Amino acid sequence: MEQQNSHPTSSLIPQIRRDIIRMVAAAKSGHPGGSLSSTDFLTVLYAEFLQQNPRTWRRDGKDMDVFFLSIGHITPLYYSLLARMGYFPTEELATFRKLGSRLQGHPSIEYALPGVHVASGSLGQGLSVACGAALGKRLNKDPHNVYVLLGDGECEEGQVWEAALFAAHNKLNNLTAITDWNRQQIDGPVNRVAGLGDLVAKWESFGWTVLECDGHNLDGIREAYKKSLEPRNTPMMILMHTHMGQGVDFMTGTHAWHGKAPSAEDEARALSQLPETLGDF
Amino acid sequence: MKNTGNKDTRSGFGAGLYELGSQNPAVVALCADLTGSLKMEKFAEAYPHRFFQCGIAEANMMGVAAGLAVSGYIPFVGTFAEFATGRVYDQLRQSVCYSDAHVKIAASHAGITLGEDGATHQTMEDIALTRALPHMAVVNPCDYNQTRLATLAAAAWAGPLYLRFGRPSVPNFTPADGPFEIGKAWVMHPGEDVTILATGHLVWEALEAVRALAQQGIRAELINIHTIKPLDEKAILDSARKTGAVVTAEEHLITGGLGEKTASLLARYYPVPMRMVAMAEGFGQSGKPSELMEHYGLNAAGIIEKVRELR
Repeated sequence: MEQQNSHPTSSLIPQIRRDIIRMVAAAKSGHPGGSLSSTDFLTVLYAEFLQQNPRTWRRDGKDMDVFFLSIGHITPLYYSLLARMGYFPTEELATFRKLGSRLQGHPSIEYALPGVHVASGSLGQGLSVACGAALGKRLNKDPHNVYVLLGDGECEEGQVWEAALFAAHNKLNNLTAITDWNRQQIDGPVNRVAGLGDLVAKWESFGWTVLECDGHNLDGIREAYKKSLEPRNTPMMILMHTHMGQGVDFMTGTHAWHGKAPSAEDEARALSQLPETLGDF
Repeated sequence: MKNTGNKDTRSGFGAGLYELGSQNPAVVALCADLTGSLKMEKFAEAYPHRFFQCGIAEANMMGVAAGLAVSGYIPFVGTFAEFATGRVYDQLRQSVCYSDAHVKIAASHAGITLGEDGATHQTMEDIALTRALPHMAVVNPCDYNQTRLATLAAAAWAGPLYLRFGRPSVPNFTPADGPFEIGKAWVMHPGEDVTILATGHLVWEALEAVRALAQQGIRAELINIHTIKPLDEKAILDSARKTGAVVTAEEHLITGGLGEKTASLLARYYPVPMRMVAMAEGFGQSGKPSELMEHYGLNAAGIIEKVRELR
């Protein structure tokens, strides 16, 4: 199955960043910081690698790649990406976080939003769910892959490391986890809140194959995803080195915009840095 | 109805799960280092590719089960009731219930009859916790035969389900073929003077109480409430209208249990005098199951005492 690549990645990325700013500003709430840090590598995944077609998408993930968003608060990115890839109309992005919308603050399946397999938002649970889906594909003899995105701050949750043990013990070689290693969390820099130490060594010692990548370099991101498709006997972790708030100068590299909506003035400043490539919703 | 020999309810689960293995290839099972305690060995040996040992990591196990459920499988997740609820409440809430993942939570060693291990393992709050979760069904069968039937029915139930059973050998007295239907209460003994609603291990005690009360001229109606959610409200209201008095009996705290749920129902539609046989606020302690049941009044004598307060 081919992914529907309706727009080139280079056009999608600035438009998605515009969508993120406009959605959060319109809702007067939401999480721009992590959405912006994950935009480049998640767009490359959906637009160029994920074997998933929005027209034939199904919640059970049968005969297609499956993606789980464990870091559930970056819905501005997730919803914009799904809409821009054709899972639902882009006009719906205007309903983000509003009463009656399918675009809940954190992902929900209660309103049957195409593209979403499970709820997330309470951190630390997505890697376990992805392990279950990877086991399911093994049982089904379905050769497709399971992807899951974690945040680095999220890795302070103990369940992540329970799942890390489980995935390695069961040699889940159809599982690729990605960490948005932006080094920021709500209360400040990760290494000041509850330092994670050497993430590369940690994942390797848990029995995973680990890649490091500049999460804002498109060619480097492509190389990493290509490597993840080579045969292996372990689960894979791709650690994406990123900057929180990437793409908007005054939001970059600080935790201040983790979960804060921009004022009208800030919104205009941000949008002036992001070209409207595909038309605003 | 006679005791055909004591058996533990957890073995009813193990037997049902093993049968499901051959009946339905979508059934898978997960356990957190308690395969023997949960009586899951026969399934694990017969269907090794569909059995997943998760180690002592219950939160991860619930998430893995959710992922399998979303992928079209019917996972049975086995551990002690305390670790199947309080320890993983957020996982049950988000990855299972809010995600509409049809995970079947097999919770053994529930209640005070866990016995000697003491209060750390004696969950008396699990019905309250699971009841509160949207979409979660809560089933608490009374003996080996009913637990086996409940296990088979759980696989066919379209939704997440909490199946609660226990550790000790207790009378096995219901017929092997039921009746059993999730959400449908079973009038085991008709009567006119008082309604006894019993669940789990307390059903046998209630049956003994009904016999003793008959000797005293009190005709009690006994209803087996194996499903606490969805509650068979009609059966309870019909009986309350007939008898005008209700006693509930359960191996659980008063807080959030069958008694409080029944009180809420009766208060809204047909208030009648009622009493609750359940544990008051507090933790349990070590002891033999039967000693503990007697100590906390969770037995036939405790039920008779509450009935006598009303009649």
